Amino acid sequence: MNIRKYLKVYKKFLHTSLASELEYKTNILVDLITAILSLIGSIFLLSIFFQNNGYIGGWKFEQALIIQGIYTILNGITNTWFNPNLTEIVKHIREGTLDFVLLKPIDSQFFISLKKINPSGFLEIMLGFLLLLFCVRINQINLSLSFLTLSLITISCSICILYSLWFFISTTTIWFVKTWNAIEVLRSFLYIGRFPLNSFSFSLRVFFSIFIPIAFITTIPSEVFLGLSQWWKILLEVIVASVFLITSRKFWLFALKFYSSASS
Amino acid sequence: MRQSIIDVRNLSKSFDISSKEPGLKGTIKHFFRRQTKSLKVIKDISFEIKEGEIVGFLGANGAGKTTILKMLCGLIYPTEGSILVSGYLPFRRKENFLKNITLIMGQKQQLIWDLPPIESFYLNASIYDIDKFEAKKRIKRLSEMLEIDEELFMPVRKLSLGQRMKSELLAALIHEPNILFLDEPTLGLDINAQRNLRKFLQKYNKETNATICLTSHYMKDITSLCKRVICVHEGAISYDGKLDLLLKKLSPVKEILIVCRSEEDAIKLENSGFTVKNKTKNEVTIKIENYSITSSLKTILNNFDIEDLFINEPPIDEVIGEVLIKKDYDI
Repeated sequence: MNIRKYLKVYKKFLHTSLASELEYKTNILVDLITAILSLIGSIFLLSIFFQNNGYIGGWKFEQALIIQGIYTILNGITNTWFNPNLTEIVKHIREGTLDFVLLKPIDSQFFISLKKINPSGFLEIMLGFLLLLFCVRINQINLSLSFLTLSLITISCSICILYSLWFFISTTTIWFVKTWNAIEVLRSFLYIGRFPLNSFSFSLRVFFSIFIPIAFITTIPSEVFLGLSQWWKILLEVIVASVFLITSRKFWLFALKFYSSASS
Repeated sequence: MRQSIIDVRNLSKSFDISSKEPGLKGTIKHFFRRQTKSLKVIKDISFEIKEGEIVGFLGANGAGKTTILKMLCGLIYPTEGSILVSGYLPFRRKENFLKNITLIMGQKQQLIWDLPPIESFYLNASIYDIDKFEAKKRIKRLSEMLEIDEELFMPVRKLSLGQRMKSELLAALIHEPNILFLDEPTLGLDINAQRNLRKFLQKYNKETNATICLTSHYMKDITSLCKRVICVHEGAISYDGKLDLLLKKLSPVKEILIVCRSEEDAIKLENSGFTVKNKTKNEVTIKIENYSITSSLKTILNNFDIEDLFINEPPIDEVIGEVLIKKDYDI
């Protein structure tokens, strides 16, 4: 793979999609306001849960805010990259415009995963980081190099798991053509990621760890933040993320053999 | 002798198609128990295309033309048989193969809707690893050939269909491919835009010796661009050869409108033994077999006082329309 070429193409993707989005100023403004209101709403909801009892699943409100911060970053990444690109796969397949993607001398997964960008998602990512910084202060977390490295690794793994899940569902469009509902179900499950895994019953904890690994996405990085995470959990997250990423890639290549293109 | 650039042998393609009975009952049945059947849309076809050739694929809707084109590009896996395009197996979609071909579909677009076409051209240039300086040179050359200029800087959504199609062509040709697959490129364009596009394709073929495979329902596209046609009927090839041979075979008669100087001459001509289609005052339209045109015209010019005459080709749409519904041609 020619990295230089891919970087050059990605630069062009950034340029063209930013230019496209900036054509509609009001839309960006509405998106930005929505992001701020959504974060305020989520924190308010979380504070209601903690109102009667200071703890939920062994987590204090200040600690649970870390999960909210990580969730906000991941939601920002979803809105910046996954939503504009991966929902487009459905359109590409239904309308047959995937033909143009497949005939380009570039990796098709790279093309359809990164072609578009929604700049308003950046604000959510920024707000998420600001919230995390605030949590570092109120929870008196020591910002050491190992802490930063582990946080970065676990958050990157979370992004990979989230991307793979989303990409996997979008790929099934090649057979089922319409998979909006499955994507909506996934998004609903992701809302659960705003709460500590321990706040759920045992059976739900198993479900959200094994079948839809929401637990890996927010809880483990948050535990790393609080210095509560064990090594095996971090290792497990790295393994799960790698397996998900590789599987989604293999699944895409396998699915393309069944692509029949839309009729003219 | 020109080399063969596309080689197709015993190619077949089947699709699983689901069918649904009408009404609510049918819908519920279809939801729970989908019945699919395998449909063979391409049936054991073989052909070769030489470098620089322009070949038209003719056929009714659903005959399988687009499926053939998509298999040649590598978008669809064949069920049986072999395809070699420029020495590559298309469905492997190797980088060098993809840099050699392009697909243009009249009903689908790849340009970025909200931005001027120039942005899409530079994006494509970076995907094809063409540096900015070279891309600029190519855009200039192709835009001159296509006669587009300020449209390059207007958002795609503001362009007319004709301007958009020209821009689509430019985006698809920026990497200077050797093989062009065109699926109804003139669909929906007005007569002038169609003519300009045909002129461009002729010029492009002449200048670059690119091979062009074309499907179109506009007969003018086929007759003005293609010397060779491949007729597809229900997934099988019903004719593969020169277009003029096909037309001669299908239409062995020409219509000649003769304007006589006097009405007496016209009456004389009407009764002279030619097959008369119609007569009005001093004008007579007769039908003559292709093989006897020269001798018949000599006889007419020597024996009658003629003011003017017009030789009319049979209406091509009607002739080709016949091709689309026939299964086989032995020419």
